[in-house]
Amino acid sequence: MISVARGRTSSPSVSSLFSLGGATGPLIGLLLLCAFLSFATDSFFTARNLLNVLDQITVLGIMAVGMTFVILIGGIDLSVGSILALSMMVMGYLSNELGMALPLAIVIALFASAAAGAVTGLLITEFSVPAFISTLAMMSVARGLANMITDGQQIVGFPGWFNLLAIIRHGGFLTVTVGLMLIVFAAGWIFLRNTTGGRCLYAIGGNQEVARLAGINVRLSTILVYITSAVLSGLAGIVLAARLDSVQPSSGVSYELDTIAAVVIGGASLSGGTGGIAGTVIGVLVIGVLRNGLNLLGVSPFTQQVVIGVVIALAVAAEVLKKKKG
Amino acid sequence: MAEVKSPILSLRQIKKSYGPLQILHGIDLDIHEGEVVALLGENGAGKSTVSNIICGTIRPSSGSMTWRGAEYAPANPREAIDSGLGLIHQELRLLPHLTIAENVFVGRWPKSRGQIDRKAMERKAQEQLERLGLDLPANRKVEGLSTANQQLVEIAKALTLNARLLILDEPTAALGDAETELLFKQIDRLRADGVGIIYISHRLEEIRRIADRIVVMRDGAKVQEFDKGDVPVRTIVESMVGRELGRMFPHFPPVGDDVTFEVKDLTSALDAFHDVSFKVHKGEVFGIAGLVGAGRTELVRAITGADPISAGSIYLDGKDVTPRSPGQSIRNGIVLVPEDRKLQGLVLEHSISENIGYANMKAVAPKKWVSKKAIDSFAAANIHRFGVKGQGHQNADEMSGGNQQKVVLAKWLATDPKVVVLDEPTRGIDVGARSSIYDIIVELSAKGICVIVVSSDLEEVLGVSNRILVMAEGRQAGILDRANANDVSVMELATS
Repeated sequence: MISVARGRTSSPSVSSLFSLGGATGPLIGLLLLCAFLSFATDSFFTARNLLNVLDQITVLGIMAVGMTFVILIGGIDLSVGSILALSMMVMGYLSNELGMALPLAIVIALFASAAAGAVTGLLITEFSVPAFISTLAMMSVARGLANMITDGQQIVGFPGWFNLLAIIRHGGFLTVTVGLMLIVFAAGWIFLRNTTGGRCLYAIGGNQEVARLAGINVRLSTILVYITSAVLSGLAGIVLAARLDSVQPSSGVSYELDTIAAVVIGGASLSGGTGGIAGTVIGVLVIGVLRNGLNLLGVSPFTQQVVIGVVIALAVAAEVLKKKKG
Repeated sequence: MAEVKSPILSLRQIKKSYGPLQILHGIDLDIHEGEVVALLGENGAGKSTVSNIICGTIRPSSGSMTWRGAEYAPANPREAIDSGLGLIHQELRLLPHLTIAENVFVGRWPKSRGQIDRKAMERKAQEQLERLGLDLPANRKVEGLSTANQQLVEIAKALTLNARLLILDEPTAALGDAETELLFKQIDRLRADGVGIIYISHRLEEIRRIADRIVVMRDGAKVQEFDKGDVPVRTIVESMVGRELGRMFPHFPPVGDDVTFEVKDLTSALDAFHDVSFKVHKGEVFGIAGLVGAGRTELVRAITGADPISAGSIYLDGKDVTPRSPGQSIRNGIVLVPEDRKLQGLVLEHSISENIGYANMKAVAPKKWVSKKAIDSFAAANIHRFGVKGQGHQNADEMSGGNQQKVVLAKWLATDPKVVVLDEPTRGIDVGARSSIYDIIVELSAKGICVIVVSSDLEEVLGVSNRILVMAEGRQAGILDRANANDVSVMELATS
């Protein structure tokens, strides 16, 4: 019996070597996409453009890390785009209308985001409102609050250094905002792989009852996951504000869909228990490269929406097929 | 019954095996018109298999059935229903948000001009309700009906399908005395109408009241048949049990007098049991027996913090350790190895290493910092210690039931608890794996750990336990010493 078992699973697969956790398919897709764009356009495979792609994915990338945690425990967070807007508006209002120092305004904006996440988390754990509904409600509430702050108006005119965070390339390539995204990626990756808190998320997503009986505090973990997702959305809002050098309450509409798409393309299962940051990073890159490449090819934004929809469907269908055969 | 009628349903030499495992050994059974036949037996005696075969859910491996004089071999439940059989399940299968009439006619709504004819539907349903003496409007929603009334709605549904034979599987399991009375009245009515009834239950008293004939099953065979009349309960119980004991059970060391673990006046917040008190000595194996639904699983879940309690407390070495969550219980050294390894014990799509790690994060990562290596080596040590045949990186769903159970044991025993609660530790696993699990129990007991074993397998409880707590319908029916515990005394308490 032992030998049979060995025969089945002895040779470690490529995915476990690179610890991508089932994200090899998306990685191959990403490489093929890059190869195609390199041939199809002159400008894709240039340092300048690739750095552009990195700049363009910062907001999505930061939010996708939080969404990975949420989807890992079998949840969903529809409120990320609205919380992004709320965080922006809180920051803008505090610094430009009330004259608060910008760094302090940023910290308070992140706390406001955390509060929103805590509310959704409590709704889910204490009142048993399904995640889909409670985050849908928060999506509406946070958007409304963001609009109420300035009655729907945008705020412009931040200190000069703020916008430069997204522009100056330190060492010739790294803006502060891209650096921030990389730090979030690394922190998320280490958290999921190497801390008990991270491993617990896999257990909760795999089977909540098993996790609870194993002594894991499922409620607390769930609340913390939604807070984390909200704080990262808030942080993404600050990054977006730096990139645009302005804040407006209509920012981030439908970002939740891109974020969920990135996580799912990265190989996470919406039923929870599987997925990881490596996959999510690839998912984010697929969406970023696709957008960038389609722009370079001169494809209209409307057609782009169709293409991205098709890619999401294909990516998930391919994963499901692979699992069935597996 | 003066005239000799031919039976409406006959079973001849019905056998059923799954692979090499034979679970029904040639059952013969006759049911006549207007007769209530009770099927009686312990858990796992084969009662449900027989009813599932009659209803077309399971196909027999061999044997034949005759239904109203003709050959009968239903390929699926639909065919059985069309032939005039009705099975009323233990768990009710009504749609709560629809009306009684809609439930009765779901899937075969009366139509006129392509639309559902609600009036005809409600009229026909009302007729059936009246036939059963049910004073309920057919256009009432099912939600909020009492369990007994829901059961009667199910029966009404079977009757509109012109059922001539009804199988009632544990119909009174969720009923109070008054509701049971109501149901019995309807059964009498149906009997007078000439409907045959197979009544599955393990409540002896009610079977003695309602049944015309009692068929006792044991280990997949029909062991005895009693005609209505004053058969003493003891005689029936003895035919239900009566097996040789102590075949595969190892020798258990004697225990001392010092009490380590105590449960005092424990009452479930889910109303599953009340006022349970017992003490377990150091190194004692304490069995909990009872029939399905007696509250055994709920009791041990409450002890280990998995279910809420409304009153009572739990002490370990004199210290109050009444838990509020499974995590707290585990930290106190009291662990539950749950009943259903697939739904409660393992994340099936995750590896064995990870599964073992989930319950032992403190031991694997005292500083909350985990490496894959640490999990793997911790798991490997315990895979070896508990004799799991497999490797850490295998997924749990790639393993046999016995090996899965050993992984589950390893998961909860790895951190050396003080009290181990095993809920149905050998359910669905083969004999070899069984005896190695008994060996683990002996090893735990020798180390001075309190072991609490819940089992539906009477032989197992008797074989491993120093003392046995018998539960009956949420009550503590009694605690038996090893000297006084035998299958008859346990069953008498369990059916009291």
